[in-house]
Amino acid sequence: MENGHKTGNGVAAPACEVAKVPEEEIAAICARYGCDKHRMLDILREVQDRYRCIAPSTMDRIAAGTGLTRIEVEGVASFYSFLSLVPKGRVTIRLCDDIVDRYSGLDAVTAVFEEVLGIRTGETSADGAFSLETTPCIGMCDQAPAAMVNDVVLTRLTPETARSAAEALKAGQSPEQLVSERFASLTPHERALHMVGNNIRHAGEVLLGPVPEDAGLSNAVSMTPAQIITTVEESGLRGCGGAGYTTGRKWRFAASERAEKHFVICNADEGEPGTFKDRVLLTERPHLLVEGMTIAARAVGAREGILYLRGEYVYLRELLEQVLEERRRRGLLGEAILGVKGFDFDIRLQLGAGAYICGEEGALISSCEGLPGEPKTRPPFPVNRGYLGYPTVVNNVETFCHAARILDRGAKWFHAMGTEGSHGTKLFSICGDCLNPGIYELPYGHTVRELLEMVGAEDAAAVQVGGPSGTMIARDSFHRKLTFDDLATGGAIIVFNGARNILEIVEYYMSFFVHESCGYCTPCRVGNVFLQKAISKFRKGLANPEDIDYLKELSGTIIETSRCGLGMTSPNPILSTLKNFPLVYSAVSKPSKDGIRDTFDIQSAIDGARKIAKRRSYIFDKDFTQ
Amino acid sequence: MSELPKARIATASLAGCFGCHMAILDIDERLIDLMKLVDVDRSPLTDKKRFTQRCDIGIIEGGCCNEENVHVLHDFRRNCDVLIALGQCAIMGGLPAMRNAIMHSDAPLRECLDEAYITGKYIRNTTHHVPNDPALPLLLDEVYPCSQVVEIDYQIPGCAPSGDIIFDTLAKLLTGKFRGFERDMIKFD
Repeated sequence: MENGHKTGNGVAAPACEVAKVPEEEIAAICARYGCDKHRMLDILREVQDRYRCIAPSTMDRIAAGTGLTRIEVEGVASFYSFLSLVPKGRVTIRLCDDIVDRYSGLDAVTAVFEEVLGIRTGETSADGAFSLETTPCIGMCDQAPAAMVNDVVLTRLTPETARSAAEALKAGQSPEQLVSERFASLTPHERALHMVGNNIRHAGEVLLGPVPEDAGLSNAVSMTPAQIITTVEESGLRGCGGAGYTTGRKWRFAASERAEKHFVICNADEGEPGTFKDRVLLTERPHLLVEGMTIAARAVGAREGILYLRGEYVYLRELLEQVLEERRRRGLLGEAILGVKGFDFDIRLQLGAGAYICGEEGALISSCEGLPGEPKTRPPFPVNRGYLGYPTVVNNVETFCHAARILDRGAKWFHAMGTEGSHGTKLFSICGDCLNPGIYELPYGHTVRELLEMVGAEDAAAVQVGGPSGTMIARDSFHRKLTFDDLATGGAIIVFNGARNILEIVEYYMSFFVHESCGYCTPCRVGNVFLQKAISKFRKGLANPEDIDYLKELSGTIIETSRCGLGMTSPNPILSTLKNFPLVYSAVSKPSKDGIRDTFDIQSAIDGARKIAKRRSYIFDKDFTQ
Repeated sequence: MSELPKARIATASLAGCFGCHMAILDIDERLIDLMKLVDVDRSPLTDKKRFTQRCDIGIIEGGCCNEENVHVLHDFRRNCDVLIALGQCAIMGGLPAMRNAIMHSDAPLRECLDEAYITGKYIRNTTHHVPNDPALPLLLDEVYPCSQVVEIDYQIPGCAPSGDIIFDTLAKLLTGKFRGFERDMIKFD
């Protein structure tokens, strides 16, 4: 994985201030997390926040403080893109570089930041004040272009707003002041809404309509764990993160596993480009989420839970901490929940640090354990042996929220919505070329066309269902239904109109997967690079018809031999466009002349040698004379 | 003696060590059988430097590390109906492609030449110059497998491929019976 900590050409990295950090400060940070090696990500995040980098000497101290070896610490520190081994600016601006942002004027915004700050993307200013970099989708596609400025999010950037923001920062204003002059006096919820709009366009019956407080939980305490699981099973609820595994069954497996401890983890690492539904739930329904987790804890007998929040959503940390604190105060978390003796459950918030792969169940658990976010070998499955080896239920934010509502209104109520096999409602996060991007809560079973009418995208030419790892469909498939059996999606719907270049989109998505592959297994680490190169051949018009077979064959190999879901789905942008937009590929590929490859450019291949030898080629320079 | 017209084959060694050509000779006494089926045109084995006529099969050892390799390979592609990459260097770049691993340098080729001729620990080069005779072909920026420069029809793996696999493949290709390799022939451990 690329670490994104390169400093630019010629810009001297400011001397790392960490060199001066007294040992006891690092020791104090370690102590704050109980010198627990499983809290490595928290420790490193705090060091990064405070000293702007994790210097080699610091790593030694952290290793000593947690009883690990230096290389183990470095393994974690170098894995996550929000952690840096070289000093970052006091203000780090991360421009969201998703394809939707690019189509919404990211270039102009980037140019303004570069001009005002006097550095290029990827650089840190010489005085150590600013770093400017890009990052994949930060979950703001409905209000693109967006950027993170330290822990603050700026949305709907234009060259004008970018200029005033950059100038204000340069004049010494804090990122928080960019959001509001009265930032300090706002509640966490108000702060979040000042930064990021919810854009709820259609509230459905289950999640975004009126929700009574903790009604599901109070029902759950009067039920046995087995009854809770049966209710969730009967509702037909399936995981909302993308894979669609039956939630009740997952809980049953975990509950039936005999172990000293059980864990419940909420996956709020919503990294799939174009997905931002969990962002809205975390902002508007945090209590419902925690309620759902608490119910799951009762069902499987867990006393501890983790809410894994993606690093990009750090602006929601305060809000969530406040919710957890409030629930502890009200006796809804902690010991003897709702006065029920023996029903103990508490949740800790674990912040990620910018790694898409951590949305994968196993990688997420690794990350919670303070390890690099690498997937685990399956089996054993997390329900059998997950976090620290204990049976663990990992569910998506939306799944837990649904579960809480099901316990309130009953399985039948939920089961009656949607279609056979896909029950209930689903949050769709729709963005791209449409009039009303945002969140739509709808029962399963709507066609893509109905959805496009709702969002005002009648001129849509291509729709990416389920983000890059999903399917790209053309107009002739708009009659297809959004269900698990037809077009499955974790919620992302990205709309492209006829003016967009399909191959450009595919190339972007492949570069995304190249960047986000954890690098553990070769098919994914290397194969995606080859796929990306092959696509760029098509874009340059240098591809042969047989390159289409190559794409299919290599994609097949990657899917079959990768270790986790990332590699198993990363060729999808190519495979689904080959299937649904075949003319795009055939239009730009032509047979090579005499079997000579056009992609091999002899002139650029010998250019370096020409300069070193200070002579021209007697074979390939036509005007060669001795 | 068959009445069929003999097939014409040509061979060349590009950025290789000539090991694959030695392996061709490992066909041993079956060479006599093979020669009943083929005439050898341009090849180091015949010392013919140019094509005398169009060939049915061209066999390439080695990848492309300099402009002359590219030139020869183009020539083979234009003059042969079927082109075979013989051995790991032709297929993947092989050992010479180790220099492609000099990646994090602004001038990898310069770095490679300097180490090979000037700064290397075990170099005894009293001139302290990188050879630069005008007759030397210019090096490419990196070493390319043949399939990146021209279309390749078949690849015979191995370093070097055994005489058996070379004979077997050629014999089958010439009689139109080639259906892929036997497992034991491409099992190397």
